[in-house]
Amino acid sequence: MLKVDGIDVFYGNIHALKGVSIEVLEGEIVTLIGANGAGKSTLLKTLSGLLKPKNGSIQYENKSIAGKAAQTIVKTGISHVPEGRRVFANMTVEENLELGAYVRKDKQIQKDIQKVYETFPRLHERRKQLSGTLSGGEQQMLAMGRAIMAKPKLLLLDEPSMGLAPIMVKTIFEIIEDINKNGTTILLVEQNAHMALSVAKRGYVIETGRVVLTGSAKDLQASEEIKSAYLGG
Amino acid sequence: MEWVQQLVNGISLGSIYALIALGYTMVYGIIKLINFAHGEIFMIGAFVGFYAISGWGLGFFPALLLAMTVCALFGVIIERVAYRRLRNATRIAALITAIGISLLIQYVVIYFRGAQPEAYPNVLSNRSFDFFGAQISSQSLMILCTSIALMILLQFIVHKTKIGKAMRAVSHDMDAARLMGINVNTTISATFAIGSALAGAAGVFFGVYYTKIEPLMGVIPGLKAFVAAVLGGIGIIPGAMVGGLLLGVVETVVSALGYSLWRDAAAFIILILILLFKPSGIFGKNAREKV
Repeated sequence: MLKVDGIDVFYGNIHALKGVSIEVLEGEIVTLIGANGAGKSTLLKTLSGLLKPKNGSIQYENKSIAGKAAQTIVKTGISHVPEGRRVFANMTVEENLELGAYVRKDKQIQKDIQKVYETFPRLHERRKQLSGTLSGGEQQMLAMGRAIMAKPKLLLLDEPSMGLAPIMVKTIFEIIEDINKNGTTILLVEQNAHMALSVAKRGYVIETGRVVLTGSAKDLQASEEIKSAYLGG
Repeated sequence: MEWVQQLVNGISLGSIYALIALGYTMVYGIIKLINFAHGEIFMIGAFVGFYAISGWGLGFFPALLLAMTVCALFGVIIERVAYRRLRNATRIAALITAIGISLLIQYVVIYFRGAQPEAYPNVLSNRSFDFFGAQISSQSLMILCTSIALMILLQFIVHKTKIGKAMRAVSHDMDAARLMGINVNTTISATFAIGSALAGAAGVFFGVYYTKIEPLMGVIPGLKAFVAAVLGGIGIIPGAMVGGLLLGVVETVVSALGYSLWRDAAAFIILILILLFKPSGIFGKNAREKV
């Protein structure tokens, strides 16, 4: 479904991604794990079009999307839930969800908003509230609901567990699995490697802009290197 | 009863400031630029209205619409040519460019038509009528009603339409808006178009109200509208409306008290006080860091 081949991405003079190649197959949950500043978020931003790669190719459903504008890429079915949720704090929950469907022109939008409310009942309670007043977990739900409103085939999730209470992390990961079961492929960036590997099928480990290790989630969980570096012994 | 009269005059003057201030605040809200060329768009609007009425014999509303359309296009072109390429530049670079554009427009207009003032044609009948003992001019009332209608229309666009929601999204978080599939460039163009159209309308109202227009007429009302926008809280649309109306009333009151020479000073004293005591303006909240 998605094939990234040898991309280089720069932030000014900083070489943030060095020849990164990954692949995501349809229906999978694939996770990228790695320390802060390793380049995980940079990779997601490049996939969604916020950054442009200098070299290399990005093939999505056999078409090149490398260097295309973000608004074009959303229309092809890739939605990105950015790090730190980035909800529109000055707008209500419902307006945020409507904006999620910005690229759609069909008549099902209101129906799909109700579906999001079924998935996240908490958002329904707060639908008229300004989203800036929500708790971190609720904002994460809103950011995910907003992304689903675009009806993505591939969902990019950047650190969904960041700053959340353990109980909320558990809820969010259950929902991630549900979304995947309903047919959406997921590429998940996480620092919480333990949670990420427990839901993912495969994983990539990124260090200082390079993919250093890849394998099935089970193998990565068992690997001594991963245990010592990311799983706390 | 004279007070009622002054109040109505103040509010209609204030509604002109409010219309200009809206453009300042909308543009600031979306690209964090104080568009100092905005006063010149107001001047262009006044002249387009003038030529439409006295040259082509159009009525008030067709002339108003024409001025608004021309100004909308003009605003879009300025953004496209001058500001877009500076979007990632420092804010001071964009600000200096805005001042440059402002001077450029003033002197290009003077180059083509000279600096002499023009008397605005009498396009609205100006009868005074008695309102509980106060003499209210029909002109003031017309300007006030049209301004209010435009502001209601603006609120509708910003809150209920797709482009309005896109504008609010872009002003809050440009990258997140991109991820929704919003075309940021188109949205910024639309913001300039709407803000400039309102300034164009204000130009026509100003001409009708004060009957004299000239190429440098945009400077002082432009600065005062900027004060109004800061007073209400820059970047906040209802703030610009309230700030404009308040400033108009204050100016009229200062004149009515017999200090008409201090009228212009009043606006800038307000600016200084606001910057000293509440820099975020009446409606502004102290900026919170996003967590």
